[in-house]
Amino acid sequence: MKYINEFRDPQKAQILIEQIRQISQQIATDKPIKIMEVCGGHTHAIFKYGLEDLLPKTIELVHGPGCPVCIMPRGRLDDAIALAQQPNVIFTTFGDAMRVPGSKYSLLQAKANGADIRMVYSPLDALQIAKQNSDKEVVFFAIGFETTAPSTALTTLQAESDRIQNFSLFCNHVLVVPALEALLANPDLQLNGFVGPGHVSTVIGTEPYRIIAERYHKPVVVSGFEPLDILQSIWMVVKQLAEKRCEVENQYSRLVNSAGNAVALDAMQRVFEVREMFEWRGLGDIPLSGLKMRSEYACFDAEAKFTFPGKQVADHKACQCGEILKGVMKPWQCKVFGTACVPEHPLGACMVSSEGACAAYYKYGRLSIEREEVKVN
Amino acid sequence: MCLGIPGQIIEITDIKNKLATVDISGVKRQVNIACIVDDTHPVESCLGDWVLVHVGFAMQRIDPDEAAETLKLLEELAEIQESLTISN
Repeated sequence: MKYINEFRDPQKAQILIEQIRQISQQIATDKPIKIMEVCGGHTHAIFKYGLEDLLPKTIELVHGPGCPVCIMPRGRLDDAIALAQQPNVIFTTFGDAMRVPGSKYSLLQAKANGADIRMVYSPLDALQIAKQNSDKEVVFFAIGFETTAPSTALTTLQAESDRIQNFSLFCNHVLVVPALEALLANPDLQLNGFVGPGHVSTVIGTEPYRIIAERYHKPVVVSGFEPLDILQSIWMVVKQLAEKRCEVENQYSRLVNSAGNAVALDAMQRVFEVREMFEWRGLGDIPLSGLKMRSEYACFDAEAKFTFPGKQVADHKACQCGEILKGVMKPWQCKVFGTACVPEHPLGACMVSSEGACAAYYKYGRLSIEREEVKVN
Repeated sequence: MCLGIPGQIIEITDIKNKLATVDISGVKRQVNIACIVDDTHPVESCLGDWVLVHVGFAMQRIDPDEAAETLKLLEELAEIQESLTISN
């Protein structure tokens, strides 16, 4: 498979791991070097390929808040379920949002109770359902970072051009850089650098991370998703730390440039505007961190078309997703991990999506941080 | 949900709506290619391109030269490591 297999070579991985070990030993610190991988896709790949176990003990990976399903607060889930339960509505959603628990139940349970909820792979599929069901209102649950926001925006523009009147979006798109700034403001989290999200960066480019390097003095390396991509990015972060540099570097240059994707950014700019405040599960209210539909597109905005509770709801008392999303706690340290909270019956969102840190730990059996030092001949 | 997959554009199916068929590891999917089209890269020129597909959209064209450059850097790192091992 082109652009996949070349980046999975075990021999090259061993060399990178040895290089990471050697360079990290040059950095004077009595604690492990803490590197946060922001993106849930990276978290998933790290566990799938067992990269955490291969790294030397001098490196600690901290799993960040980059899973769009995990950071969806319970109140917004309740709103989505309330929308889905309105008469005459077909509610469409990506599959990984179906099992996220709201305060009473999930979209999947609402579907079992009779709501017309349909899983789609693309917002364009939702638009197609609207075209085929002109007597119904079709609502798309728009979630995700800047990776998915352009596809939602382009679908809205398509709906406008096709003059579709029974289609709207429940917009919950979020922005990655304000979330990183919120994390950096937390004194509990002593991070040394970031492995930056690759697919978000295909849209926004590398330039928006400059603030993290310059104001917060943390290296950021935008990374691809294959094992060698991630190891090379960790190597690049550690190299920056050893050389006392704080820069934004781009490991994923085959897909990411500094300015991002102009068409995607233009579509987002036309359809969305930044919300003054948006609530994140675990992180609370973060200013300027979410997107909403512009008033010109109110006819496609489910928040303008329908009424729903719109209430903030606290997380389940026993669930510690918040601490895990902030990177101050490992999934296995949560008291309900693997007992009351399992993928089949998740209490918290991090156990739902395959990109969630808890689900990744659970699926791949990484229940302890105890690791063997890697041996390289 | 954020997982993107590389695939190759094998057919332009609708020039006006910017739709193409993409071969993703043997699976053929209809994909919107609006994000990779501009004045310098019209729809017709996208045939054969490798792209990253995400939720039904081609989000970016994969740059073969940059991919080769990344792999070359890794090769060089392997050579450096080998010379270090020998000198040790």
